[in-house]
Amino acid sequence: MNEFFSSLNIMDYVWCFIVGGLICVIGQILIDKTKITSARILVLFVTLGAILGGLGIYQYIVDFAGAGATVPITGFGYNLAKGAIKGVNELGLVGAFTGGVKAAAGGIAAAVFFGYVASLISKPKMKKQ
Amino acid sequence: MQKIGKQTIKFDKPQTILETASIVGPKEAQGPLAKYFDNLLEDEFWGEKTWEKAESKLIKQAVNLVITKSGIPADLIDFCFAGDLLNQCISSSFGLRELNIPYFGIFGACSTFVEGMILSSILTESGAANNVLFGASSHFCSAEKQFRFPLELGNQRPPSSQWTVTGAGAAIISSSGNGPFVTYATPGKIVDKGIKDANNMGAAMAPAAVDTILSHFKDTGRNPSYYDAIITGDLGHIGKEIVIEMLQTYGYNVKQNYNDCGVLMFDKEKQDTHSGGSGCACCATVFSGYLFNKLKEGKYKKILLIATGALMNSTSSQQGESIPGIAHAISIEV
Repeated sequence: MNEFFSSLNIMDYVWCFIVGGLICVIGQILIDKTKITSARILVLFVTLGAILGGLGIYQYIVDFAGAGATVPITGFGYNLAKGAIKGVNELGLVGAFTGGVKAAAGGIAAAVFFGYVASLISKPKMKKQ
Repeated sequence: MQKIGKQTIKFDKPQTILETASIVGPKEAQGPLAKYFDNLLEDEFWGEKTWEKAESKLIKQAVNLVITKSGIPADLIDFCFAGDLLNQCISSSFGLRELNIPYFGIFGACSTFVEGMILSSILTESGAANNVLFGASSHFCSAEKQFRFPLELGNQRPPSSQWTVTGAGAAIISSSGNGPFVTYATPGKIVDKGIKDANNMGAAMAPAAVDTILSHFKDTGRNPSYYDAIITGDLGHIGKEIVIEMLQTYGYNVKQNYNDCGVLMFDKEKQDTHSGGSGCACCATVFSGYLFNKLKEGKYKKILLIATGALMNSTSSQQGESIPGIAHAISIEV
């Protein structure tokens, strides 16, 4: 067990935490200080992730922060862009259309599946104090 | 009954608000006005399968309660007015489909309650009816779905947003009775100052409230000091400050006796309701519970109630339209 812990690079987790948190802080500031609705912030983040992913910039953030960069919704955009580029390399122009969703297929299917399961076992309620 | 000034109706035979009833949801039941309401719910479903069904039950039970409390047999109530915030006013029409009283569905957004009160008073004063019932309802969960995002999304609410009151208020206006009396009504004009943020309704509606208050004072020759209380419907904390400031620029100081139902309804510090309460039920329950009680006790002898409404829907918001506001004022005196 000690071996397991000593094999972990603590700083990786710290940076993961900080970068993931910073992405959320940007979202929180947009909610509090602008009139942009949360739906638009969501779209903005996905688009931004895709653009930064396409330009190769987001890859640096992912290499540096791991899940801190891939788990927030910007990571979804990055994944779409990465998949599209991979698709073009493998299949040509058609790959630009099919590659993105292919790369994100796991996330999309999981969202549909777990969303469905959650709707069966729970009921939306007003937030308690 | 006659029109005075530009837009005010003077009732020659003041009409009596015979009785009121109010039911509120769990969050309102923890608020500072809880003891004034007739019925406090423990959960927002009230035994129903959906929030919309729960809201229909709210207006249905509030109407039944006011009929019971008034002691007037239901067949002696000539007409009824009701409205809510859901598409095509389904809470009211589904809730009252078994009522068996001629029904007018009305929509004035959150100003619906006072709109109903004005129309009811006109009917009784004109001799077309002896007793007219009116009511309004709203539900936090169904309103979020209708106007913003479904609760399932787990969306965050910005600091300027208001909390739609879950509840229903109903009252009966009668041509005979010992008051409190409806003496004047000032129906408002639609006022749109170009505010587009559906999360800042108070700022969108405040100019309409100011317009109606100014018209009321001008038409009646009254001053703010004439009233023991001047109460707006659901402007919340932000809208309330705007009204005070705007009236100040017109030379009226209302700081002493002015308040807002949305401010009164919740404890801002303890209840995390951001800018205060809103919704048809905000004005409806605060009047039917708290204000009517104060009038009956004699603590307030003259009040000016100004219900405010934001006349937008989710489609107009998505298309980038601004929010037209409305405010109807009614003068109630003991």
